[in-house]
Amino acid sequence: MTDAPENNFTATPLIRKRLRQETMAKWIFFGMAAAMVVPLLLIIGYLAVRAAPSLSLEFILDVPRRGMTAGGIWPALVGTIYLVFLSLAVSAPIGILAAIYLNEYARDNWFNRVINLAVLNLAGVPSIVHALFGLGAFVYAARFGYSIISAALTLAIMTLPVIIASTREALASVPPSFREACWNVGATRWQAIRAVVLPNAISGILTGVILQVSRAAGETAPIMFTGAVFFKAVERGDLFPYYLDEQCMALSMHLYTLSTQVPGVMESIPYATAIVLLGSVLLVNAMAISLRVYLRTRKKW
Amino acid sequence: MKSHLIWKLLIGLGLIAPAMLVTSCKPRGDAGPKGASGGGMTIQNKGSDTMVNVAQVWAEEYKRVNPQVDVEVSGGGSGVGIAALIKGTIAIANASREMKPEEIEQAKKNTGKEPKEIIVGYDALAVYVHRDNPINEITNEQLAAIFAEGGKVTKWSEMGLRIPGGGDDIVRVSRQSSSGTYEFFREHILNKKDFKLGSRDMNGSKEVVELVASTPTAIGYSGMGYNMPGKVKMLKVAPKAGQPAVEPTVANTLNKNYPIARSLQIYTLGEPQGELKKYVDWILGDAGQHVVEKSGYVPLPPEKRRK
Amino acid sequence: MNNLPPETPAPAGSAVRGVKRPAWARVGERILEGLIYVCGFSAIVFVLGIFAFVLKEALPIFARESFSLTQFLFSDQWYPTSELNKRYGVFAMIAGTGAVTLLAMAIAVPFGIGAAIFLSEFCGPKLREALKIIIELLAAIPSVVWGFIGLSVMSRLIMQYTGAPVGVNVLNGGIILALMSVPIIVSIGEDALKAVPDSYREAALALGVTKWQLIRRVLLPAAKNGLLAAVLLGVGRGVGETMAVLMATGHAVHIPHSVLDSVRTLTANIAAELGEAPAGSDHYRVLFLTGVLLFTLTFGVNLIADLVVRGIKKR
Repeated sequence: MTDAPENNFTATPLIRKRLRQETMAKWIFFGMAAAMVVPLLLIIGYLAVRAAPSLSLEFILDVPRRGMTAGGIWPALVGTIYLVFLSLAVSAPIGILAAIYLNEYARDNWFNRVINLAVLNLAGVPSIVHALFGLGAFVYAARFGYSIISAALTLAIMTLPVIIASTREALASVPPSFREACWNVGATRWQAIRAVVLPNAISGILTGVILQVSRAAGETAPIMFTGAVFFKAVERGDLFPYYLDEQCMALSMHLYTLSTQVPGVMESIPYATAIVLLGSVLLVNAMAISLRVYLRTRKKW
Repeated sequence: MKSHLIWKLLIGLGLIAPAMLVTSCKPRGDAGPKGASGGGMTIQNKGSDTMVNVAQVWAEEYKRVNPQVDVEVSGGGSGVGIAALIKGTIAIANASREMKPEEIEQAKKNTGKEPKEIIVGYDALAVYVHRDNPINEITNEQLAAIFAEGGKVTKWSEMGLRIPGGGDDIVRVSRQSSSGTYEFFREHILNKKDFKLGSRDMNGSKEVVELVASTPTAIGYSGMGYNMPGKVKMLKVAPKAGQPAVEPTVANTLNKNYPIARSLQIYTLGEPQGELKKYVDWILGDAGQHVVEKSGYVPLPPEKRRK
Repeated sequence: MNNLPPETPAPAGSAVRGVKRPAWARVGERILEGLIYVCGFSAIVFVLGIFAFVLKEALPIFARESFSLTQFLFSDQWYPTSELNKRYGVFAMIAGTGAVTLLAMAIAVPFGIGAAIFLSEFCGPKLREALKIIIELLAAIPSVVWGFIGLSVMSRLIMQYTGAPVGVNVLNGGIILALMSVPIIVSIGEDALKAVPDSYREAALALGVTKWQLIRRVLLPAAKNGLLAAVLLGVGRGVGETMAVLMATGHAVHIPHSVLDSVRTLTANIAAELGEAPAGSDHYRVLFLTGVLLFTLTFGVNLIADLVVRGIKKR
């Protein structure tokens, strides 16, 4: 529809000017789109180059040594995994059930509009306000103290909207006719959901869960005041170094302390930590995206 | 159907986590301030950013001495550590300033125990400038004029200095208000007056020195352990104009010639007991003091150490 | 919100007549549905809980005679730990948040909307998919990594190119925040442009307009509400961001006069000082009050954005 004028009619100067305008606009907008892609690549590239001297399997498996100025990031990595899984175990069931409610049970009335608004706003609450809440509610009021539990619960509430949103999307993509067919053979609402809706939406739900993992892994502010520590002595390669009523190290927090508080760190170590954090988050995200793309090609309706 | 597998995975995940929670919560004596009896335990240690690195190396080294004991270290500032001690949520508070009487009172009221102060080393608070800055010594009054609310000095030229590479406005680098370093500086240099607003308030001792290292017109204060030789200069400080300026060194700190030196202390609730006592004794022994020295601070003189 | 039309009759409560399901199945189903309802309402509980809790911790400050809300909002004197005269004024932090967010939006809005236009109007489906994936990845970068980039990479560049004495300042934070909020602006903006009916485009093209004219005269006016919502959500993101601005803006209590000044934002102020004051002290309560302020601010922005979007859907 943007074709150049056909040969059988001559472009007037006005038209030519407009076409030039159009091409220019196209390139400007292209430039703006490119301006978002380029920083991503530049940043990752730069970080990777600076990180290169430290990056190795050894870096991941080793514990921080000599006052955190050398060695690796094992305890921080394990701590992040603890936090992510625990928060996931809390928020995934709640989030999925909440999404089932919103998509399958809720009618369009004011009350459910308020719920929707609440989900939306929960996503918009600043992470530091979540931290305030976590500190006051879990650390002090619930008497969990500074602990993995407090931090994971704070993270769980914070990432709940992510999972609700993507699960709803997955459920909504199952055509209504599927449900109607079920009901017509006498299934109850829940039977229809279990037999038809969930199996068809499960992969989409999984995408949401994966996205939530990436979100939880990267957060710093909510765990800083609830359960993440500067340092904890952990054996190299120890898979279960933490109890849940203790505090743990976390990758995001480790990056923050390395770059603001530890003197004399080998130049490449903070960069390598950033790359590991960034790399795992992006990898997890890429997994979710490819799962989604794969699903879309497979769908039969 | 393939999705069954995914279901099982999800359900499995849902089951594992609570199981983790149940099994791993209480296998050991309650960690933290109440002190533990016997075997493995965790010592929670929080507070001063000045001391956080020393505390971290202690924790790292002590793991080798006594693998049964886990030490958790977090920073945040002396105020953070003391606040947590008052709440009774930690075992050791690191502080680069002394606990205030009202804080001790609060701790007693909250926990029923008297906080016990243990001096673990000394620190000279060094004044850092960029290595290209021609200044070599400074007086307490000059520092106050630069940093205190109402202080008149805002430009290097007002002190008769020209910074190579241009720039005249003094960039003041300070600490966030929860820092013991901040309070110590306020008390001893500013005479309890407040800081001029507009300083860059860094969240870590290291950040201060790094910012000074990259900014020719900057001046900042931080523990002497954070020196970056070749990139920044530590100024000699004179208590008053006309008096000799003193260099921040180990000797000058111990003999109290250096005007802005302070003790570094840890606080426990009540007299330390059991594993906590062993840990504190180790810190006060040669091994722990060696860590203090290697981190750039001033260790206790031999007669004050424990064996 | 519901993909069933509301008048669809609810399915029968029990199975087909004659085939009795075992009691445990029916009870189990009831219990499960109850759980689903509870979880469905949980979002409200959490949002209200957060607000109520933060407010509850903040409220006692109003009982203090020395505290005045006007001073809190409009004074730039922030001396929470002073020994002589404690003053709690967050105006400098409000100005800091405002300055950083404003600069971020000045960068992110044109680029974000430009990119959204490119995605929805100029680009082929393959390229669009690829770009959208990259934008999604951009959105996934953790804020502490952005902060680290600001602190260690951007600050050096800024000092080199502007001659500023300190590289962590409004400019640094603004650029970082712009990169962080651009993805949300692009994806909501693209949705808004897509929502413009194709018949508008066809009608305009049939009159012989060029694409540029189409965009300027037809699409932008038609999608302006959606684009507004996109910008608002970007603002919400900017105001609420913590770690990146904590590390990249220089953390000085100071009303900025130029983009090269260091500032402190509301969020960074809480992050730096929270926990310091013993729970229950005035300082602690003022920090929670700042939290209330932030919550209200982002809530308002999100609410307006939602109403704007809902307005579009209704049409």
